[in-house]
Amino acid sequence: MNNILAIAHKELKSYFASPVAYVVIGFSAILFGWFFINLLYYFDRTQMQAGSGFQGPQAINVNEIMISPLFLNVSVILLFTLPLITMRTYAEEKRSGTIELLLTSPLTDLQIVMGKFLGGLVLYGAMLAVTLVHMAILFAYGNPEWRPIATGYLGLILMGACFLSLGLFVSSLTRNQIVAGMVTFAVFLMFWVINWIATFMGPTSQAVLNYLSITEHLNDFARGVIDTKHVVYYLSFIAFSLFLTVRAVDSERWRG
Amino acid sequence: MIEVQHLTKRYGPTTAVDDVSFRVERGEVLGFLGPNGAGKTTTMRVLTGYMPPSEGNAIVAGYDVMTQPIEAKRRTGYLPETPPLYPEMTVRDYLSFVARIKGVPRAERGSRVNAAMERTRIADMANRHCAKLSKGYRQRVGLAQAIMHNPDVLILDEPTAGLDPKQINETRQLIKDLGGDHTVILSTHILPEVSQTCHRVVIINKGRVVAVDTPENLTARLRGSETMFVQVDAAGADVRTALQAVPGVTQVAASETRGTVTSFEINSETGRDVRRELASTIVRQGWGLLELRPLRMSLEEIFLHLTTEETAHE
Repeated sequence: MNNILAIAHKELKSYFASPVAYVVIGFSAILFGWFFINLLYYFDRTQMQAGSGFQGPQAINVNEIMISPLFLNVSVILLFTLPLITMRTYAEEKRSGTIELLLTSPLTDLQIVMGKFLGGLVLYGAMLAVTLVHMAILFAYGNPEWRPIATGYLGLILMGACFLSLGLFVSSLTRNQIVAGMVTFAVFLMFWVINWIATFMGPTSQAVLNYLSITEHLNDFARGVIDTKHVVYYLSFIAFSLFLTVRAVDSERWRG
Repeated sequence: MIEVQHLTKRYGPTTAVDDVSFRVERGEVLGFLGPNGAGKTTTMRVLTGYMPPSEGNAIVAGYDVMTQPIEAKRRTGYLPETPPLYPEMTVRDYLSFVARIKGVPRAERGSRVNAAMERTRIADMANRHCAKLSKGYRQRVGLAQAIMHNPDVLILDEPTAGLDPKQINETRQLIKDLGGDHTVILSTHILPEVSQTCHRVVIINKGRVVAVDTPENLTARLRGSETMFVQVDAAGADVRTALQAVPGVTQVAASETRGTVTSFEINSETGRDVRRELASTIVRQGWGLLELRPLRMSLEEIFLHLTTEETAHE
């Protein structure tokens, strides 16, 4: 465990010593703020229309109209920013030769992979933490329900962890950061749009494609529902990607 | 301390290391000598557990690098060809990180880092970012990293590459000091380095061990086939043919002619001293024998000799 923390600590230090962490956190915050303001205006107008409706005033749920769509919008930000977090993890170590230090130290491959994963996850956590400010504003001027917000964040963390583990795997396959970044982005996008074609398919393929879609599983979380089906999907996705990463690092040794 | 048995490493169709076996005793400094691409780095990478061998095995500090890699790695310090530095870390942060992943207990880390920096003379660079270090300092930080956890075995891949002469001397002295407490393997293609720092030499070429011996013995072993330097004053005469005819002489090469004086380098059969015959032949012809001396073979020539001989066998 100490070894995992040592690697995670080193990864975080690297993120914050270079502009990567600041760029990722800063620009994500700008984008999130933009989505937030848009949805706030939308919520405001919806509320006014509902209030002046000729059936009399209606209660508008801020969670449903605003927060839930906001979580789904965040997945767009993740699509672009998470490849930037993971693309350097292995590729850069391989290019600069520092991987030789890690692989000749008394560490297991799994410890190295877990350390890097954890480091990325903490940076991602910091990125999400900034958005809590916006949530605090909603709580200050309204009374949203906190439960759907908590599940929404849980969903985002799980989905981000999927992206991170997948990005780690892609990065372990190359020594070129740009290649790692681009491939990761393409694979993320593929998992995102994989069910677009589902409407033209038979019921079985439709179900399979929908199940594979990484964002499809976020909907329930954003609505405040924790369904084991989705948790299992995300956790197995993460475990499988990390497993592939360990195998990729190991096979690199054999190939030389 | 280190035992390598029938080590073979193949990359696809190419064989980088071919059936290499050798032993290193505790406290010994072993030189790994060979031209670029001889398989030095590959052998070292197998010993450090960076990559597994295709065949054979290696035991480092009593642990098999394949079956007990963690234990073996705990006792091994490794300086790769390019020092594995993280550019965005300061020297002190970097060394602390290394101490941590090498398993140095938290309480000892600070003092170990300082000791390693003292030993490699980088203390004045402690707060400098690794990216901003000169080549010489990078190399020394790499060395500090290798000795951080006070390992039984040190494996240094070209430790003096890229250093200036003063730093080279310092580093060689440091390696000599480290031998004794530590078992050291260092690779190099600079030959004087081996005779200065190593107790024993493994000469490797095209993935095969060509010779294992002490630097002195290697020199002595090849003394048999000596090269003579002869300077003859003989205007116009065909000295070369006359010398070629001397029994035991295998090759005569004229190296320089100045006026009537010609210098020759003469190779003789292994173990045969042809000095007497050479002298009497020259004197009998009435030429002036100005100089006759054996050319002591430098390790460099031995090395060339051994490797060319090996290719001749194939």
